[in-house]
Amino acid sequence: MSHRLSGRPLHQDRHELHGITVVLDTRSAGTYVGRFDSQDERGVHLFDVGVFDPAQGTRDEYVRRSVKFGIRVDRPGLTIESAEVARITPLGEIEL
Amino acid sequence: MPYNSALVAPMREEMVRMGAQELTTVPQVDAALGDQKGSMLVFVNSVCGCAAGNARPALRLALQHSVKPQQVVTVFAGQDLDATSRARQYFADYQPSSPSIALLRDGEIVHFVHRHMIEGRSPQLIAGELTKAFEKYYGVAV
Repeated sequence: MSHRLSGRPLHQDRHELHGITVVLDTRSAGTYVGRFDSQDERGVHLFDVGVFDPAQGTRDEYVRRSVKFGIRVDRPGLTIESAEVARITPLGEIEL
Repeated sequence: MPYNSALVAPMREEMVRMGAQELTTVPQVDAALGDQKGSMLVFVNSVCGCAAGNARPALRLALQHSVKPQQVVTVFAGQDLDATSRARQYFADYQPSSPSIALLRDGEIVHFVHRHMIEGRSPQLIAGELTKAFEKYYGVAV
């Protein structure tokens, strides 16, 4: 019996962004970076979420820092109402 | 809580088959990463099928390249907790994620591949990026 582990799609029934680290911008100028889990009637569910703090610099600086050094996790999980979501961008698509 | 060891055994074996040395204890990590010389790749393995399922074959492909690190070591996140935690102390500037890949040269991290650089990408694409890094940082004898 062969064990083909690598490349096996384990979550075929999930949202296309499931498991992907994304930058989520809200309509109220919030920015979160975290691993997309799912979206339902309660909103978008993220895991291992970094929360942009404007006191630490600009949003773009925060995102660039996350691309280069990874995500400092501020919250283990977070749900953002779908109506609040302005934009979702995979972090891996952001060029430094 | 770590996954059942029987579940992750094939994932460990996949790494060993491609020539990686498993580091499962803190002393093993310190022996490999403390006072590290030459070129070394550290692979932080993971159970995650979404990302690690592409990262391992990507690494296997990349290690077939003519330019590659002299040594490949691996720790298993979520499994060998102390060893992984210790290894991450050597990457203190980088936030932990798994799977991830660190390229070292004489104890310095010269390139780091986070989980978000692996997610959603094919093994071929990831391997291509890795071999570019091999050429850039290990292209001359060390």
